[in-house]
Amino acid sequence: MLRNSPPGIADISALERKATRLRRHMLTMARGQGQGYIGQGLGIADALAALYFHELRYDPHNLAWPDRDRLLLSTGHYSIALWAALAEAGIIPVEELVTYGADDGRLEMSTLDTTPGVEMIGGSLGHGLGQGVGQALGLRFDRSDARVFVELSDGEMQEGSTWEAAMSASHFKLDGLVALIDCNGIQADGPVVLDMEPVADKWRAFGWETSEIDGNDMTAIVGALAGARQRNGKPKAIVLRTLPGKGVPRIESSEKSHFFRIDVGQWDGIIAEFEKSAGAGQ
Amino acid sequence: MEAGRTLVMGQDEAVGGDRQSVDAPFGRALARLGQSHPDIVGLTADLGKYTDILPFRDAFPDRFFNVGMAEQNLVAVAAGLARTGKVPFATTYGVFATRRAYDFVAIALAHSNLNVKIVAGLPGLTTGYGGTHQAIEDLALMRMIPGLTIIDPCDATEIETATEAIAEHQGPVYMRLLRGSVPVVFEPGYRFEIGRARRLRSGSDIGIISTGFMTERALDAADALRKQGISAGVLHVPTIKPFDAEAVAEFAADVSHIVTAENHVVVGGLASLVVETLFDAGIAKKVTRIGLPDRYIECGAVPTLQAKYGLTTEAVIATIAALS
Repeated sequence: MLRNSPPGIADISALERKATRLRRHMLTMARGQGQGYIGQGLGIADALAALYFHELRYDPHNLAWPDRDRLLLSTGHYSIALWAALAEAGIIPVEELVTYGADDGRLEMSTLDTTPGVEMIGGSLGHGLGQGVGQALGLRFDRSDARVFVELSDGEMQEGSTWEAAMSASHFKLDGLVALIDCNGIQADGPVVLDMEPVADKWRAFGWETSEIDGNDMTAIVGALAGARQRNGKPKAIVLRTLPGKGVPRIESSEKSHFFRIDVGQWDGIIAEFEKSAGAGQ
Repeated sequence: MEAGRTLVMGQDEAVGGDRQSVDAPFGRALARLGQSHPDIVGLTADLGKYTDILPFRDAFPDRFFNVGMAEQNLVAVAAGLARTGKVPFATTYGVFATRRAYDFVAIALAHSNLNVKIVAGLPGLTTGYGGTHQAIEDLALMRMIPGLTIIDPCDATEIETATEAIAEHQGPVYMRLLRGSVPVVFEPGYRFEIGRARRLRSGSDIGIISTGFMTERALDAADALRKQGISAGVLHVPTIKPFDAEAVAEFAADVSHIVTAENHVVVGGLASLVVETLFDAGIAKKVTRIGLPDRYIECGAVPTLQAKYGLTTEAVIATIAALS
């Protein structure tokens, strides 16, 4: 079964329901471990739902298909969101999600590429975009029209290698390369420690066709992805302004934190908040 | 006071004796391989001219990518290309491939066993540009990376046949490059094989275990020592990883004293590997290490520096003669 080739008209409310399902999976996973990168995962859920269930072309039963679109999750610690998306996409079993972060499991807290559906090892931040450049070059050389999407983060823009890659992508005119920059305002030491603004202007200055949107607004995400399909000689950057913890008011409003530990006693309340926020019937 | 001559970039730093030489053996071999291997692509980080890869670029301009002065990106882009089935050969200097791009080599390449070949110029003491350009500790750094194949070739023939061998090998490789006019030391028909050491001379007094261009010096030293009545064998170990421990132990068993010779610091490279191997095999023999000291080397003319730091045939002879 080939997914999304070519992308049709987006069903926004269906994609929003997918995002809710991804968030529900993530909360289950984080509850199982009592911890995890839940803030980031909840924040990026809408973008991953739009990618996996609308924009990306792939075959869940043939992961090695050479002409598949690639999503490189450079922020390996966002794995909680990727596992949820891969489960919903039919690439890994939903029942396996409870093994998130467990010893001997394959759903690591930071992605390894040995797990099906993972296109690169994430986690060493600053690697993703350069690897995306290489894949886009290789696909163009093969005359494939497959595209390469690289998710990276605002903190990751502090790595110099990200800009080495950004320069080379525009130099090589890689118009099938799309960078999704998750600007959620947090990094390991807390709220962004080194000001990266103005983010969109930086990418434009590096030769990227750039849009900047509310990364939790499905209509905006789908629109930006559609705009990034043009093969016009320029790589595409989509700056996603996301809210960490999106969908769980208690996490949204907490002190912005890179890594969450949640006491056992709080989980029922968190899930209830989430379900109330998500609304009935999803 | 007479001024010494400093060799400029791009000259023939590997030439040690009076042998025949071949121009740009790596680049010519890669250009030849490109004909039969359509998946081979070439990359460099603004050092194409200085790493002998231009013959490949000229033969296959659409298969060559210069990423500019950005070694992290060089390795990352090569990793991405490998994931689309290409066989990237990426060139830069050893100092940059190791010190600057280490995390990318370790994680982007080796952790995923990607099929990328890094070809690294200016190994050890082959430039007079000082510590910024002399990759004197690259073998030590790289041998700590799991699954990385590491090669230190001796001559033009070995560079050519090693280029062929690593193109066929599935997995990441770090190969030291001798550029420009490179001497031919080995007999015609010599073929490099990954992981295989070669006994080039047999001897009963001293066993020289060498790698890289120090094997040329070791062979010449062994011949000279024979005339002095010292029987010195030579074991050439061009593959640093995987290390041919069996051949080393076997060779060491036949001699009374081991001498290691490498164009590299004497810590962490060949000498350390030999000592570890002998210890593991329960062979208790004295080991004398020829190589660079554990310090940064100054600028200067390459022949002057090689003489000062003991990387010449004369220095090998003197070291061994002093042992007996």
